[in-house]
Amino acid sequence: MEAWRFYKKTLKLVASGSPVYYAWCLFLICIILVGLRYYMVQINHGLIATHMRNEVSWGMYIANFTYLVGVAAAAVLLVIPAYIYHFKPIKEIVVLGELWAASSIIMALIFVLVDLGRPDRFWHLIPRIGWLSFPASLLAWDVLVLNGYLVLNIVVPVYMLVKLYYGKEPNKKLVVPLILISIPWAVGIHTVTAFLYNGLAARPFWNASILAPRFLASAFCSGPAMVIVIFQVIRRISYIKIEDAALFKIAELIAYAMFLNLFLLSAEAFKEYYSDTLNLASLRYLYQGLDGHRVLVPWIWTAFSFNVAAFIIFLLRWTRKWLPTLNLGCLLVIVGVWIEKGPGFILPGFVPGPLGEIYDYIPNELELFVSFGVWATGLLIFTLFMKVAIPIERGDFVHTRYHKDAEPLVPGR
Amino acid sequence: MIRRSSHRVPGLPALAMLVFFAPTALVFLSLGTDVISATVEFPVAPPPLTPGIFPCSSCHAGMEPDTTKRELSMHPEIELRHAPEVITWCFSCHDAKNRDKLHLVNGNLIDFTESHRLCGQCHGTTYRDWKAGIHGKRIGYFAGGRRIYFLCVSCHNPHDPKFKPIKPMPPPAGPWDRQNG
Amino acid sequence: MAESKLTRRQFLGTVVSAGVAASAFTLASCSRKERESFFQKHFLEMTDAEKKDLVAKLEERYRARYGRSFNVSVKGAGRGILWGYGLDLSRCIGCRRCVYGCVKENNLSRHNPQTQWIRVLRLRKGNLLDLEKADHYYNPPQVPEPDYFYMPVQCQHCENPPCVKVCPVHATWKEPDGLVVVDYNWCIGCRYCMAACPYRGRTFNWSEPKVEKEEWNTEVHYLGNRPRFKNVVDKCTFCVQRVRNGRYPACVEACPTGSRKFGNLLDPESEIRYLIDKKRVFRLKEELNTEPKFYYFFAE
Repeated sequence: MEAWRFYKKTLKLVASGSPVYYAWCLFLICIILVGLRYYMVQINHGLIATHMRNEVSWGMYIANFTYLVGVAAAAVLLVIPAYIYHFKPIKEIVVLGELWAASSIIMALIFVLVDLGRPDRFWHLIPRIGWLSFPASLLAWDVLVLNGYLVLNIVVPVYMLVKLYYGKEPNKKLVVPLILISIPWAVGIHTVTAFLYNGLAARPFWNASILAPRFLASAFCSGPAMVIVIFQVIRRISYIKIEDAALFKIAELIAYAMFLNLFLLSAEAFKEYYSDTLNLASLRYLYQGLDGHRVLVPWIWTAFSFNVAAFIIFLLRWTRKWLPTLNLGCLLVIVGVWIEKGPGFILPGFVPGPLGEIYDYIPNELELFVSFGVWATGLLIFTLFMKVAIPIERGDFVHTRYHKDAEPLVPGR
Repeated sequence: MIRRSSHRVPGLPALAMLVFFAPTALVFLSLGTDVISATVEFPVAPPPLTPGIFPCSSCHAGMEPDTTKRELSMHPEIELRHAPEVITWCFSCHDAKNRDKLHLVNGNLIDFTESHRLCGQCHGTTYRDWKAGIHGKRIGYFAGGRRIYFLCVSCHNPHDPKFKPIKPMPPPAGPWDRQNG
Repeated sequence: MAESKLTRRQFLGTVVSAGVAASAFTLASCSRKERESFFQKHFLEMTDAEKKDLVAKLEERYRARYGRSFNVSVKGAGRGILWGYGLDLSRCIGCRRCVYGCVKENNLSRHNPQTQWIRVLRLRKGNLLDLEKADHYYNPPQVPEPDYFYMPVQCQHCENPPCVKVCPVHATWKEPDGLVVVDYNWCIGCRYCMAACPYRGRTFNWSEPKVEKEEWNTEVHYLGNRPRFKNVVDKCTFCVQRVRNGRYPACVEACPTGSRKFGNLLDPESEIRYLIDKKRVFRLKEELNTEPKFYYFFAE
């Protein structure tokens, strides 16, 4: 009964807001509906409705999946160590970071679901009920760690928020071990996702030891950049005070991560170009074009220039500490890493194919709109999470019995 | 977890052997000549002779053998283009006196159903492969006595053996092809 | 304190019961047949009786759907058998009759999508294994062409198959007689196996296979050439429906120049053992340690 009242209240909270809130939610819902409509076409006709074919059997959906796992990992890796090291400006917003991680993982899982040929058979993946091929298959590992990560990033924030709702302190003995375990788990999800590609001897572009470190480095670029943007939005709309110092610290972190990312890229380029074996073909397809097939070339060079520009912006103190350039840098990083880690990573793995086939995969309208729909779903879920979490954190949304005792956890107006 | 099946590879019914040898046996009986034991070794398909052309002796029995190399008035479709430095004319392989037979290098006469022995004299390594079953087109059953062999001449024209090029079947549709979605 | 605990438990309780109610409703709205096929067990876990039931169900479904009477076999692997394949590169002329023989025998989709399990590569003489220079789409007026030779590639039925390793649901496995097969009713269509195969051995049914009614081959095996459906992976099975009855695969029979050889690697008298012994065989991409059972050789 108590739970039902709580839900009813959250529903009321979620259903009312400013005009901007309504416009945003409506916008997202429209995109979701369009995406669903296109997804139905895919369900009816088969995956032939996409541009994926035997030669390039993974495309837009898996590209987005890879990117989003990185974002989810970084959200937690950023926020939680700050919590542990009592870096005060960030400490209060652990819950928000975790909820963003949860939303990203939900998006990643939905991307996998829309990519599956037979999503109705997803139950085959459940251990004991289906037949999950653990530990041989890295996808089985991914299913377990991603879902575990999702549970972790929902249970911990919900627990803390509900405790706050009742004006109680969360039980440290329960919460801290879970938060602590999130750190290696976050590294774990991204490493497992990297290993998914890494273990395929058939694809020399992926079968390189540099993959897992590069994944983590680029995750640490895009994830925190998103967090910076999100925190500024939260700061604007909800009066939760997030100090600029927090944002600048995160930006500094991005600079180091981007340096590492660019360094690892140059290491990869050196190895392939200098050794000059046949395996160079994939990298050449990406950066120069192969036999006249140049569809990815402008994209990757855009990504490269974005990354370098962002690196410089985050490196120089005056550009890092000035919000307009900071936000520009974030945007450049988000887009640049998306290109590099999404299509710029998945597609060259398939080109040239194991028998030398070259197929210029370009996502079609259906794939684009379904992808937008999934992104919109994640953003909507995150918006709804925030709509409930922020008032609880602010102390505005508490159980009536404890209202007068409630103290806001987060300082604000 | 995986149930082991208890099936055995099918054995070798004597009846099946008989079925395969029956056509060759009939040919021998019709020729009324001595049975050559080598036939039993390779259950070959019958030779691809033009219908009505065999037995050759039906025409040639009454003719004088003329071994001079010349333009033939009969058999105009035969062009001899087979190792001219070795095979000088018809009688390098065909027996002049008995046109229903071929002759080996040592003079022994063999039937058309055993022509592989003739080819094997020059093409020894190929003959060895053919006997093991790894030369030439394979059809039907691969195990035990149910294997069928083709005669060399089933695929190779003994007079003009070089294969002509053929038209390939269509290439696959590429992933960009409308036919492929 | 007690109230909060109740809330937490109640929270979980309501989520779980909502989930159960949703699935129960969905399942109740399906027909019995749909429910049965949704819950179909993995093929390897079925008893003989269940397999018989499955065969009857499938044959009925195929009759209703395709208007033809199919014979679905679930014949298992024989003892002491390990299938091996030989391909004589000195004789292949690139005519692609094997490709289309396979298409006919195995009920492959003719168009939208066009599925071909065998791919013939044209390589320049002197360039045997630089597969990146391979031409897939050659279409000269006649073959063979003077400066080229031809290499057909299909599933190599590896002893150490990377595709089996990566499948998350055990939808593909290696049978006791060495064939790598797919249970089409278990595959979830994630295509991880396709990414893992170094030989382009696996294809995907991007849409419902298009086969004319008269062109269906009705002698099928559950793990082989039975009619598939959209969104699952399939692959060459060395014609499991033929070889387990002692017959050559369709590609072997289709080849006009006798380039293809087949047999039981464990039988010392077999053709395949003979050629491995007498000819210099090699396998593709041996450095990947997949141990393929598809041996290329040059008879002369």
